[in-house]
Amino acid sequence: CFQGLTKSQNRANMSDIVPPEVRPKPAVPAKPPNGGSTLLGYIGIDTIIEQMRKKTMKTGFDFNIMVVGPSGLGKSTLVNTLFKSQVSRKSAGWSRDEKIPKTVEIKSVSHVIEEGGVKMKLTVVDTPGFGDQINNDNCWEPISKYINEQFEKFLKEEVNITRKKRIPDTRVHCCLYFIPPTGHSLRQLDVEFMKRLSHSVNIIPVIAKSDTMTVEERQEFKQRVRKELEMNGIEFYPQKEFDDDIEDKSDNDKIRRMHLQEMMPFAVVGSDKEYQVNGKRVLGRKTPWGIIEVENPNHCEFAQLRDFLIRSHLQDLKEVTHNIHYETYRAKRLNDNGGLHPITSNDTQKIYDFHP
Amino acid sequence: MKFLGGQKVLPRSCQQGEGVRAVPLAGHVGFDSMPDQLVNKSVNRGFCFNILCVGETGLGKSTLMDTLFNTKFEGEPTQHNQPGVTLKSNTYELQESNVRLKLTVVNTVGFGDQINKEDSYKSIVEFIDAQFEAYLQEELKIKRTLHSYHDTRIHACLYFIAPTGHSLKSLDLVTMKKLDSKVNIIPIVAKSDAISKSELAKFKIKITSELVSNGVQIYQFPTDDESVAEINSTMNSHLPFAVVGSTEEVKIGNKMVKARQYPWGTVQVENENHCDFVKLREMLIRVNMEDLREQTHTRHYELYRRCKLEEMGFKDTDPDSKPFSLQETYEAKRNEFMGELQKKEEEMRQMFVQRVKEKEAELKEAEKELHEKFDRLKKLHQDEKKKLEEKKKSLDDEVNTFKQKKTAAELLQNQAQQAGGSTTLKRDKERKNFF
Repeated sequence: CFQGLTKSQNRANMSDIVPPEVRPKPAVPAKPPNGGSTLLGYIGIDTIIEQMRKKTMKTGFDFNIMVVGPSGLGKSTLVNTLFKSQVSRKSAGWSRDEKIPKTVEIKSVSHVIEEGGVKMKLTVVDTPGFGDQINNDNCWEPISKYINEQFEKFLKEEVNITRKKRIPDTRVHCCLYFIPPTGHSLRQLDVEFMKRLSHSVNIIPVIAKSDTMTVEERQEFKQRVRKELEMNGIEFYPQKEFDDDIEDKSDNDKIRRMHLQEMMPFAVVGSDKEYQVNGKRVLGRKTPWGIIEVENPNHCEFAQLRDFLIRSHLQDLKEVTHNIHYETYRAKRLNDNGGLHPITSNDTQKIYDFHP
Repeated sequence: MKFLGGQKVLPRSCQQGEGVRAVPLAGHVGFDSMPDQLVNKSVNRGFCFNILCVGETGLGKSTLMDTLFNTKFEGEPTQHNQPGVTLKSNTYELQESNVRLKLTVVNTVGFGDQINKEDSYKSIVEFIDAQFEAYLQEELKIKRTLHSYHDTRIHACLYFIAPTGHSLKSLDLVTMKKLDSKVNIIPIVAKSDAISKSELAKFKIKITSELVSNGVQIYQFPTDDESVAEINSTMNSHLPFAVVGSTEEVKIGNKMVKARQYPWGTVQVENENHCDFVKLREMLIRVNMEDLREQTHTRHYELYRRCKLEEMGFKDTDPDSKPFSLQETYEAKRNEFMGELQKKEEEMRQMFVQRVKEKEAELKEAEKELHEKFDRLKKLHQDEKKKLEEKKKSLDDEVNTFKQKKTAAELLQNQAQQAGGSTTLKRDKERKNFF
């Protein structure tokens, strides 16, 4: 029988050999790629990806989400639906016919959830009383104050001489703003809130309880809302103005961002009840005229919101908060308080950390 | 998808030790993609890794780097006549699959060549500190861009030990002692093909015991993560790694391998029986690169920062046990500075006012003088005028007198003509005599 020649195993086959690219903006004058720097074999540099992944999984991470909107818009239900678990304040033992507070309160609840070996400490910050009063003047102030207090906490830790290995991160990474599905346009309260807060936190506007609108009404409403946001100069997340600040945004990211912005604000429906539809158990709302499937993209945009928020932009939300919003706060603060009211250590104790 | 049942399970690693409740998930949420999201961002940003090679000239530092990274870095072997130790750093962009690495290799040039080596370690320490300082400066800036900062801090220091076979040189001990709190030191025995296997084992034991007895802290590969604990602890026991570097390839069997060819045989670089090169590569790059970076940032850099800030006069708590924050000290210093500025401003203003006054006085003086001069001149002029007028008057008087006399003479003449003409001659004579 015919014996084939033994193949000589060339080390050079072991990985993709790509000549070193020169990055468009080198921070340090790097040597130009000449023949001397071509890789001749596998080194193992790409294992750093695995090393980094392992490290993240070991340490876990924090995520803090704030929900803002008048009561009754399904905020808690939506958060529970997003994270498929009872993570919001209402479910943690508070009754639904609790009185609406006279001023805006800030209540936060933390839980640890784990999936696929990844541990996340999720903190949901609720703002009961927002927009519920007769006179809602300045109702955004306690919220703004809370956000700044978290920045302040982080800053204080960061400027210590002896610092913790990992500074606990309570900064609000994402603020879901609930727009009532009036079908007309944004209310003045909505505009005022978003205008003031879009510079200190990532705001993601959502149209709540969107099952009260037909698909056409929904599209029209969305367009009107988007136009109003644009007219008022409100940059909601993902913000175009930060594209050039963060180096790691590729062109693809920019295109994705534009597509996303065209679909926002997402019109969502939340539910924590399951029903049987076509042999499958799905989350939905049962009405006499049919079952609204929460995760069905034809019914509402919940799935898109979830994918956007959790599956693709979770890390980016944290990074924008850390690299941009926090840095802005820090720069203002170190520049002699520039406009922020001085926060003493007494204030930080007013926040409830509710542990059932 | 993990279900934690209906139980209240406290998570294994809870960062703050608070009893934060764990809740089960009723379905796939999708945040398990988080590590991927994070990794993707890092990949887009690129990584950087900085290695410092400390060792005497001629120990094969550059060759080892070439061998480790499978490439030929530029540079010529240095001469032995350097007057002092300088550090030369070169940055290279390497790429493997989609990972871009900015590798900086820093070489100590002239280390160990001088007659008096007492200060040899100083330039190395200064270099390392300078990188920390640069990072600290960036971190302390008000408007900073830490996320795009090119990190030049040294992540790993390969200390090259000469293969004498006996023990560490005192220069090595002194240098390593100075460096162990500033950088992750990985000691390696260079050109280890000069030592036989049995001698090598003894040499390694001697080195390790000397390091321990002198209290030198070398980098320990981390053993807290189960997946790498075993291999790391094995490797820890193989330190210092005895390496051989070579970029030349020799055919062994039917493969081309990196090796050094001698008349009595060939030393294969990647053969674990011949040397520990593979172990070094494994540990340095494939297993612990991330940990080396992390240790540099969380331990060595923090230590430097703490010392530097304390040196600059910042404290966390003052004797009255009132927490002093960096922030407050910043503000206090800032106020102090502003106060000084104001004082200086005040001083300058006063000086300015003073000067203005002086100048004013001068000008007034000058003005006065001018006025006086003017007055004097005016008076002079008036005097002159008066004199002239007097002269004119006297002249006029003379003229008048003359006229009178003339009229009188003419009158007399007329009278004489009327009296007789005989006397005219006489008159003429008289007239003539008169004139």
